[in-house]
Amino acid sequence: MKGMTIIVKTVSSWVKIFIFLFGIYIIITGHLSPGGGFAGGVILASSYVLLMLAFGGEFAQKNLSLPAASRLDCLGALLFALIAVLGGVFGGVFFVNFLYQKYLPGTALHLVSAGTIPLSNIAIGLKVGACLFLVILVLSVFRPDISGNKQE
Amino acid sequence: MAIFYILLLFMIIAAIIAVETDNLLSAVICVGAIGFGGSLMFLFLRAPDIAMTQIVVEVLGLIILIRATIARDLTFISGDREFFEMVVSVVIILVIFLAGVNIFRTLPDFGTPVFAQTLGAASQTYIREGLQKTGAANLVSSVILDFRGYDTLGEATVLFTSVIGATVILRKNCRKAVEQKEL
Repeated sequence: MKGMTIIVKTVSSWVKIFIFLFGIYIIITGHLSPGGGFAGGVILASSYVLLMLAFGGEFAQKNLSLPAASRLDCLGALLFALIAVLGGVFGGVFFVNFLYQKYLPGTALHLVSAGTIPLSNIAIGLKVGACLFLVILVLSVFRPDISGNKQE
Repeated sequence: MAIFYILLLFMIIAAIIAVETDNLLSAVICVGAIGFGGSLMFLFLRAPDIAMTQIVVEVLGLIILIRATIARDLTFISGDREFFEMVVSVVIILVIFLAGVNIFRTLPDFGTPVFAQTLGAASQTYIREGLQKTGAANLVSSVILDFRGYDTLGEATVLFTSVIGATVILRKNCRKAVEQKEL
């Protein structure tokens, strides 16, 4: 019961990196084209879920362990809150787009534009990806501990 | 327009099958079909952002639900419905349906929202001045991360709290069991 057949394992080991890269692309160009932090984060999580389904939960945990995933989740949330607070510090208003208005206007339709929006996209993508992977890992690893109840 | 009616019919049929079937796995697959129909509908309504999010979340949710149904042995639902409860629910659904028909008559036509006719409405301002005020070419992203940033912060908080809840409830060992093992 360690994962699936060798065909699935080979194909998923080829495909997983492309899914991961596509997720990063969706997150980074979220302010230019359809997509953004949430969709890209879910794609990042789904690449790890593919790994988990094909190779089993232990293999996925070796790649991204449960504490590491929860730390990434907290890091994403903190980054997003930090961007909001920095707007208050530099721009005067909580959540204001201080980078676009004061420091780095950039050119429209280029990668470096829109100030804090790409940074917020990256933070949300990190957060959503780690968080959904954590939920699926917890749900699949969890088994009701019947033996422990019997001992009591 | 015809494509919307076909998709709507498909989604309604899938919803009825999902409620009525005895097999839990086919109910889950029907729920997935509703989600994919919804994402196709968003695509034809020219909302690629939300179509993309919907399809990706639907795939992930379907995987979770299928794993949850296969792992458990509860794949079949049995039991009959009471006559009185069925009559009451049909009456309630009929009343809501009639009220809904009357409400939908008062709505403006499809594709011409009320806010497009109101002068100085917030949504029109976003469309007109979104690019020069935020610099983001994707207007949806400029709305959710700049104009309505508080909404996104609240949504992130909800997600964070729900994940904390799931990890706390579904962890392997509670603190008491660990302490007992050490003793």
